[in-house]
Amino acid sequence: MFEEFTWEFIVGHLNYWLFIVLMMTGLYIVVARSNLVKKLVGLNIFQVSVFMLYISMGKITGGTAPIFPTDMKVDPGVTYSNPLPHVLILTAIVVGIATTSLALALIVRIREEYNTIDEAGILEIESTICRAENQLHGEAMGGRA
Amino acid sequence: MASEVTHTAATFADHLPVLQILVPFIAAPLTVLIGSRALAWPIAFVSSAIAAVIAFALLMKTMGGEVISYHLGGWAPPLGIEYRVDAANAFVLLLVCAISTIVLPFARTSVAAEIPKRQHTLFYTAYLLCFAGLLGVAVTGDAFNVFVFLEISSLSTYVLIAQGSYRDKRALTAAFDYLMMGTIGATFFVIGIGLLYMATGTLNMADIADRIAEQGSNRTVRSAFAFIVVGIGLKVAIYPLHLWLPNSYTFAPSAVTAFLAATATKVAIYVLMRFVFSVFRPDFSFANNTLEFIIIPFAILAMFAASFIAIFQSDFKRMLAYSSIAQIGYILLGIGFLTQTGLTAGISHLFNHGITKAALFMGVGALVLRTGSSFYSRLEGAGRTMPWTSAAVVIGGLSLIGVPGTAGFISKWVLVQAALEKGWWPVALLIVASSLLAVIYVWRVIETLYLKPATGDAATATEAPASMLIPLWIMAAACIYFGFDTQITIGASQTAAQGLLAGAVGMAH
Repeated sequence: MFEEFTWEFIVGHLNYWLFIVLMMTGLYIVVARSNLVKKLVGLNIFQVSVFMLYISMGKITGGTAPIFPTDMKVDPGVTYSNPLPHVLILTAIVVGIATTSLALALIVRIREEYNTIDEAGILEIESTICRAENQLHGEAMGGRA
Repeated sequence: MASEVTHTAATFADHLPVLQILVPFIAAPLTVLIGSRALAWPIAFVSSAIAAVIAFALLMKTMGGEVISYHLGGWAPPLGIEYRVDAANAFVLLLVCAISTIVLPFARTSVAAEIPKRQHTLFYTAYLLCFAGLLGVAVTGDAFNVFVFLEISSLSTYVLIAQGSYRDKRALTAAFDYLMMGTIGATFFVIGIGLLYMATGTLNMADIADRIAEQGSNRTVRSAFAFIVVGIGLKVAIYPLHLWLPNSYTFAPSAVTAFLAATATKVAIYVLMRFVFSVFRPDFSFANNTLEFIIIPFAILAMFAASFIAIFQSDFKRMLAYSSIAQIGYILLGIGFLTQTGLTAGISHLFNHGITKAALFMGVGALVLRTGSSFYSRLEGAGRTMPWTSAAVVIGGLSLIGVPGTAGFISKWVLVQAALEKGWWPVALLIVASSLLAVIYVWRVIETLYLKPATGDAATATEAPASMLIPLWIMAAACIYFGFDTQITIGASQTAAQGLLAGAVGMAH
């Protein structure tokens, strides 16, 4: 199954390799960091990697910017890049901004209530609450998960 | 050129698919612009009721197997965005609208008690956005549009869950966890759509389906399928991807939990069905294998593991959250059978479980209002002081088990039939066995409410107000009504299942 991994294949799919590296970097940060803000940064990198995937997909070799001349006389010899993925990503960027701002607002509220934005610290506080509840109301299975 | 197509949507009735979303979508900013706390709830309720009427009209139109195609702005698909309504959509739309319209009167009292006054206006704004987003996901026939509406509903859901922080600060971390996992899920979904666009050059679902059928399976299409299933699986809370669900449901305000438990995961399941059956088609062998060897085992695991965890909860609300994960297992099992009967069972259980969980979570909300907590130890003996609320909870519980005469029985019966039809009698036995686990966790509730001596808060509690009891009893009555009259649920599910299984025929232009 590895015979297709020729030099041309690897270089020709450069944008996909970069996308995967960026995506995995983002996911790793989300999982590995315990600071909530850093987690959010990881999530942003993860999202941005998808923007890169879409944008690079719209590029056509030798294609120019998809802007028609004002008289609308399009020269059939000119190749245009595909603008649709770019438009889609504009929407996705807006969604990303909304997600980031909402998450930051949540982090601010968490900081107010827990006095920490470290996941380990939050888990500790929550397990203390859980233990108190269990003593009061009987043992429960499951916990935070 | 698409612009040369004459606008065929001439009458008011032709615009129903877009009005379905526009009504709550315009109502949402309206509540902010008017800025009146007194008007926010009436606006939300009226727009939700109008949406329910529209959804009912759409279901009546599509019950016969007809497909409505609405071209947004008059731009013909595949270039323009298309709203496509068939029996499967219309059924989900009606479920979401009906639940919302019934939960809102309940929410008015519940929200007033659980959320500070200054947040009320914005609460209903977020609620309407979430409602509009869910409707949009169900109505659209454009793959990227699904993502946009999914994010509209998800973002407002995170806000709604975080509103629970005034009762318990853990609502904040629950919302943050859900935001992280939900965004990863949505991003996976977008990657899947991007890959599909790469392979087919189109975003219209029917068009994608045609082109996949033409070119057959290739690696890009297969990886797109994987990304979409995992992405939507996070939103559905398929068993190993369910981690966000218990805390979100437990710490969200009662009204929010009642609404979300009955609608959000159901809409996500609808998206999963739409992609598996309409976009990738039942004959796409990769999808079949995924359903048979991945989804079905996890569905059965969910039925047992989540039910088992539910038994050992000490909090009524958290118990119901785990039970939801188990019930999603039944729905996915029905879908995984890939037969007409199985799909009918899945879709009808989607509806029946929706109304059952709405009744139960509203019951919890009423108990929380009067006793201040949803822990069993605080609810002991509430059956005597709050007889109407407790009776409705018991009816919901019976429907959850699937006792004959309740809605839950009908869909589980069809599910067992589907398993036997395939000759998978061990699976049929497993369905019955896992229902026995439901007997145990529902019995614990009945024991707490009726058999324990009344102590503490429950002893002095008074019956919940009528504004809560009426919606609660409408849902409880629906649990019984749909246990006897199966015309609407099974009829619509059958038409929907036929449309989905027909694949190519159902989505033809």
